[in-house]
Amino acid sequence: MLRDFFKKAKSSKYAVLDIPGRAVSPKDEEMIKCGECGEVIYCKEGDLEKHYKVCKKCNYPLKLTAMERLSLILDAGSFVEYDSKMESKNPLNFPEYEDKLVAARESTGLKEAVVTGEGTIENIPLVIGVMDQFFISASMGSVVGEKITRALETAVEKKLPIIIFSASGGARMQEGLLSLMQMAKTSAAVAKLNSSGQLFISVLTNPTTGGVTASFASLGDIIIAEPQALIGFAGPRVIEQTIRQKLPTGFQRAEFQLQHGMVDMIVERKDLRRTLSRLLLMHKRV
Amino acid sequence: MSNKLEFDRPINELEVKINELKIFSEEKEISLDKEIEVLEERLNRLKREIYENLNPWQKTQIARYVERPSTMDYIKYIFQDFIELHGDREFGDDKAMVGGLAFLNKSPVTLIGHRKGKGIKENVLRNFGMPHPEGYRKVLRLMRQAEKFKRPIISFIDTPGAFPGIGAEERGQGRAIAENLMALSCLKTPIVVVICGEGGSGGALALSVGDRICMLEHAVYSVISPEGCASILWKDSNRAEDAASVLKITAQDLLEFGIIDVIIPEPLGGAHRDYQCTAENIKDVIMNQLKELDKVPVDELIKNRYNKFRKIGEFLEQGK
Ligand SMILES: [Zn+2]
Repeated sequence: MLRDFFKKAKSSKYAVLDIPGRAVSPKDEEMIKCGECGEVIYCKEGDLEKHYKVCKKCNYPLKLTAMERLSLILDAGSFVEYDSKMESKNPLNFPEYEDKLVAARESTGLKEAVVTGEGTIENIPLVIGVMDQFFISASMGSVVGEKITRALETAVEKKLPIIIFSASGGARMQEGLLSLMQMAKTSAAVAKLNSSGQLFISVLTNPTTGGVTASFASLGDIIIAEPQALIGFAGPRVIEQTIRQKLPTGFQRAEFQLQHGMVDMIVERKDLRRTLSRLLLMHKRV
Repeated sequence: MSNKLEFDRPINELEVKINELKIFSEEKEISLDKEIEVLEERLNRLKREIYENLNPWQKTQIARYVERPSTMDYIKYIFQDFIELHGDREFGDDKAMVGGLAFLNKSPVTLIGHRKGKGIKENVLRNFGMPHPEGYRKVLRLMRQAEKFKRPIISFIDTPGAFPGIGAEERGQGRAIAENLMALSCLKTPIVVVICGEGGSGGALALSVGDRICMLEHAVYSVISPEGCASILWKDSNRAEDAASVLKITAQDLLEFGIIDVIIPEPLGGAHRDYQCTAENIKDVIMNQLKELDKVPVDELIKNRYNKFRKIGEFLEQGK
């Protein structure tokens, strides 16, 4: 099970991730269809390290869970989770929201759509946040906003760099304006981080849209995108309906964003850990 | 007018009737004072009945109503000597957004706001009040200027949302909004926000980070349009009325959630029935808020603003 990623350490109150490169999915073996070219990809134990869940045929990076991402990026056994018990409630009594939360918790083994904590990359300590799209499209409600804000504030307090992997369908409709306000809250926390002089690297993965794009994810000192990732404010369907025309191929993809000056670089999954460690090293304070 | 509000119609009909009687009595020089008085009492009862029981969808319609006073009306009624300042100095001048300088009771202030049009022709020019990135960058420029000259900022919110289009995405709509949110969170001058019409999602929020969030009695403020919510939730945009209820978008709901600070009363029958009175109510609130904020040292102002947004959010945490 995915939950095995969280090995409860006996004496610690934190869940500890003690891999990389263990089970990839709830099953031992998994078949994933590439969202881009339709190629079927088989994943079995150990494959995550080998091909990083990138389509062999078209190089499209398939969705990763937060745990898979952490295991690919951090040093083995270095992760200590923050706020692991924080859960959403249903402040608006929004119809079917509680069922949706329960289903998402069961299918992902997570409490919410972002996992935050600290760990090391090549022995450099950092704060890290990873959004998990398998949890209600990684939409941002109160919990996501609060955990991201706390992670940013912790980076300030502990004088650590922070890396946030974004992936999101936008603000979480079911929490109404409370969700919208998380954009203001997280952006204010970035301002605080900036005045403290800590590094913030924002990594945009497929897809990053809506309220997350229009807040912290666009405010990194350095913004990295995964190849072909859809990145934008409005979703392509909304744009098509508004302007009543088909969008050009490649619109809002990472390559388009690089061309329009919105990201610093596009980095392939296999090179990401190395790139991040170099950037961290360049910002290391002596 | 053909596009009157449906639920407003009984009031309109009675208003027309009373007017006719007044004209008739004048022309024929017959006193109908008693009859008119009875009808006017009935009119007030009717207004109260309808306007004190508006549902969230009706409020949405009022907030979007073409005859509702716009940002430009408020600027005209509340401030003196307005001078509009144009452009973001990078790309263009967004006509869906207005900004400039004016006096508020002899003190200079910076004004910013969304700008909807009155008719179809002006609305096309104004892009129905839906800004592009250059709009957000224009107001950010003006707000930084306000900080430099230590002028308070008054922000008027009335937009369906940031424009979803190709150019907007090419020029970084998301980044433009994010930058405003970040900059406003620590701008060293008082900011009073007035949500006067439609507060449409991130496009509204980008001008709504401030020290006091005030909202007209029948304005709405929402993370997604009721139509958009209904089509996601029930695959049926015709159920916008139901969606408006579940989204909790009214000033009354938002005060309860601690998201806004002040509800500004509208004249009986809505802001569209009396621009002057609505503007005076807004002016009173702005004056009072600025008077309070003026006493707060700048460092404290910034700290309070941070904490104001910091505490918004509802969640469970075991063991705490
Ligand atoms: Zn493929």
